[in-house]
Amino acid sequence: MNANPADPAGTQAVAISGIHKTFNEGTDDEVHALEGIDLTVAPGEFVSLIGPSGCGKSTLLRLIADLLQPTSGHIEVFAKPAPQARVDRDYGMAFQTAGLFDWRKVGANIELPLELMGWSASKRRARSAEMLELVKLPDIANRYPWQLSGGMQQRVAIARALSFRPRLLLMDEPFGALDEMTREHMQKELLSIVAELDTTVVFVTHSISEAAFLSNRVVVLSPRPGRVHRVVNVTLGERTEDTREDPEFFKKATEIREALRSVEAAS
Amino acid sequence: MTRFQRWLRSMLPAIVVGVVFFGAWELAVRLFGIDEFLLPKPSSIWTALGQQWSGVEGGTLGTAPLREAGLNTAGIAASGLLAGVAMGAVMAFVFTHFARVGDALTPLAIALNAMPIVALAPIFNAWFGLTSNLSNQAVVLVVVFFPVFINTSKGLTQVHPDQLELMRSYGASPFTILRRVRIPNALPFFLTSLRIAAPLSVIAAIVAEYFGGPQSRLGPVITQNASFARYANAWAAIVVASAVGLGLFVLAVLAERLLMPWKRPEAI
Ligand SMILES: Nc1ncnc2c1ncn2[C@@H]1O[C@H](COP(=O)(O)OP(=O)(O)OP(=O)(O)O)[C@@H](O)[C@H]1O
Ligand SMILES: [Mg+2]
Repeated sequence: MNANPADPAGTQAVAISGIHKTFNEGTDDEVHALEGIDLTVAPGEFVSLIGPSGCGKSTLLRLIADLLQPTSGHIEVFAKPAPQARVDRDYGMAFQTAGLFDWRKVGANIELPLELMGWSASKRRARSAEMLELVKLPDIANRYPWQLSGGMQQRVAIARALSFRPRLLLMDEPFGALDEMTREHMQKELLSIVAELDTTVVFVTHSISEAAFLSNRVVVLSPRPGRVHRVVNVTLGERTEDTREDPEFFKKATEIREALRSVEAAS
Repeated sequence: MTRFQRWLRSMLPAIVVGVVFFGAWELAVRLFGIDEFLLPKPSSIWTALGQQWSGVEGGTLGTAPLREAGLNTAGIAASGLLAGVAMGAVMAFVFTHFARVGDALTPLAIALNAMPIVALAPIFNAWFGLTSNLSNQAVVLVVVFFPVFINTSKGLTQVHPDQLELMRSYGASPFTILRRVRIPNALPFFLTSLRIAAPLSVIAAIVAEYFGGPQSRLGPVITQNASFARYANAWAAIVVASAVGLGLFVLAVLAERLLMPWKRPEAI
């Protein structure tokens, strides 16, 4: 779970330098979304992005994923240019909508990336069973997505994102549509899953307590054009249910809240 | 309960409604003395159906037996339906996959869709000849084409953006995305259009037949019986036409059951 400064090559999981992103440049619809973002994420680290709506959190995540190209600047994922990392399938993704395919049973949904990577059927089956075990849904491989609750669907989406054991997980408000209780439950499960698989996570959220609970570092972005306003280091040690009542947890949440307030006031 | 009993039970409300409907109809015609040429009794239609089914009894009109006319019309509707559905699906694929072609041809498709297609029937008669089935099949094809084309296009393009991004994050090629996501995504849209198209094909076939052509079709049987005030016979032909439409609709529903095992169960 901890940042790994002892990494021999000093390789960062994500290295973002001087990123600018302008949509529809030179037209009337020009949107200046991100301005001068520098950010590194160490292997094993859990970093959250938080900021006012429209400040460019999702855009930044898509840039890391090479689903968008930066207007200027450079992004490396495990020391490779982002496009190479995408082709090498170095990251998995999960969104607010679970985005499961209706026509595939749960098992087949989890196996889709493996199918595209040319795994044999038996290896796929074994891995999807293992992933379902990991997300604590061992018996649902043969159900269709519509038969699952929102929380279950989101777990399956996480299982799918991690099925091919990417070293990096990119998540855009994955628990945004869940109720508070399910959400807190999922947060704990996510931490134990990524700890077990030793996955680096970049996590977009709107929730201050979620950011404080999950992260090693919380990056607070300013309103459009998004810049890194402040980085809050969270050192809470092992997360348990009691963490949410820990005074240190409240302190960190307050720090994030104040950073968000000051950045909104400044705009 | 056996499967049959369960099925019977689920059909019971429909059966009751049917019995009440036809009972009320029969009763109303008898009680209010409604003239047979306005609205024949269900029992008269039933009798006419029996008489006209395999041969013409007591008729000097020389209209074709309903069985023969029904089979011919069903053949025209079904073949036109099949061709129109295939063409609609293929064109939807071409329009959406080759965006250039789609952008260039969409205005034309919209203009054609706005045209009342059955108005083409006399023109098709001139093109393909009055004695050929082709002219009527062509009307069915064109009528059926648009709902299939429009719905299938929608299904191929309206994929959730997150799902497309997910596929791109796997480095999937456009062809892989088409096969793994767009086509399965379009399947429910396509099958819904099939349900719309199936009864439409019978309507189109009969209306096209009204404009002339071979006599052993339901269209001419209806017009001829009506013009000689044999309304019960005309209604009997309409019953056969409805049965053909219903049959094709049921086939469309069966296709859905077969092709979409993931479908959430629903009434129809
Ligand atoms: N494809 C696009 N084309 C044009 N503008 C875009 C595009 N994607 C995002 N934007 C704009 O860029 C800005 C940042 O969008 P982004 O989705 O990254 O915000 P966000 O921080 O994720 O917001 P939210 O918290 O509401 O999800 C917004 O003003 C948005 O309208
Ligand atoms: Mg967003």
